Amino acid sequence: MINKKVNSVKEATEGITDNMTFMLGGFGLSGIPENAITALVDSNIKDLTCISNNAGVDDFGLGLLLKKRQIKKMVSSYVGENDEFERQMLSGELDVELIPQGTLAERCRAAQAGFPAIYTPAGYGTEVAEGKETREFNGKMYVLEHAFKADFAFVKAWKGDEAGNLIFKGTARNFNPVMCGAATITVAEVEELVPAGTLDPNQIHIPGIFVQRIFQGTAYEKRIEQRTVRTRE
Amino acid sequence: MLDKIGIAKRIAKEVQDGDYVNLGIGIPTLVANYVRDDIEVEFQSENGVLGMGPFPFDGEEDADIINAGKQTITTLPGASFFDSAMSFSMIRGQHVDLTILGAMEVAENGDIANWKIPGKMVKGMGGAMDLVASAENIIVAMMHTNRAGESKLLKRCSLPLTGVGCVKKIVTNLAVIEVTDKGFKLLERAPGVSVEEIEKATEGRLIIEGDIPEMDI
Repeated sequence: MINKKVNSVKEATEGITDNMTFMLGGFGLSGIPENAITALVDSNIKDLTCISNNAGVDDFGLGLLLKKRQIKKMVSSYVGENDEFERQMLSGELDVELIPQGTLAERCRAAQAGFPAIYTPAGYGTEVAEGKETREFNGKMYVLEHAFKADFAFVKAWKGDEAGNLIFKGTARNFNPVMCGAATITVAEVEELVPAGTLDPNQIHIPGIFVQRIFQGTAYEKRIEQRTVRTRE
Repeated sequence: MLDKIGIAKRIAKEVQDGDYVNLGIGIPTLVANYVRDDIEVEFQSENGVLGMGPFPFDGEEDADIINAGKQTITTLPGASFFDSAMSFSMIRGQHVDLTILGAMEVAENGDIANWKIPGKMVKGMGGAMDLVASAENIIVAMMHTNRAGESKLLKRCSLPLTGVGCVKKIVTNLAVIEVTDKGFKLLERAPGVSVEEIEKATEGRLIIEGDIPEMDI
């Protein structure tokens, strides 16, 4: 067994510096790497490019990095929940590349899978396709989208083992699996880290080969953005 | 004239037995409440769940189980979770049968704009561009006019596009309209709404052939 376990978030984030490009898992606030984000905020590194579907909210998730002006550029698909983000974007302080959600996922997956680029129909005929190569296949137009290049991918899983194998829970899975192995170093934080051999190999979502460092996360807040419930009749 | 629930009820009648359906945020989300209960339908949410159920009971909500609107949800028997790439494989690969979404503008050639108002509102497209670029069957749910009373059914969209030539059908508070090669074809009127009122509220080319029946909600 090749052991990927590190003992702290500090050890897991060793090597992060200014000007790096990071991938961060999560959809909204669900499945975000809370411990890694806190460590990035505390590190005070700046001029970061962050690839993440959303940008957190004003006081949680990536919103914390935005508030401290550590992010130079965001690559996202939907950023509607963050006032500070919108302010920095409209004032030009923050560079923002908005891309379709499926394209975001596939540009991560392409990096993971060793494809330099992919063709997608999403965004054809819109400003998203401006300046990009397009091509017709079987009578339909597609846009060439390149694989991402990132220094670190920070992902969050439900359970993991020392070999780096990961299991996700519910819709907290989202972008986390496609970011594993899509950056030079993938750092996984888990709610429950167990010895190798404990998890059933049949149930593994992401094999440890895609993960360089894994650590036991702590104090997960798992904030809910839109608490919607129904009343019992 | 219909309210938002009326629009959702009318669209619910378009859902067929055996359909996998993706519902957008807003009016489309309401459609799930009005689908006939004698047919089998599964709702997909692009953040990674198929077989979405109703909102959880108070106290049973789970931060790890949400829909694309970030709302807490439940799952039904037969549900599954998956990652974002697989989710959009379902969409791009045309495994999802029906897509229902909102819009700011629709043009008579089927173009749709719903993600950006330059200089004012820039929230992003989320999954909308993937959905409209690939779905075979797209129904738009929206009000016929905007808050300023201007038509949202236009000759050409004025806002940045989400997709080109993709909308097949539109259900508004006033009418059911099919998008054809020749323009907007009026299929049905909302209860109590005249053809003249619909013509007045439609900027794009409106095709009216024969008697236009009132919607059966």
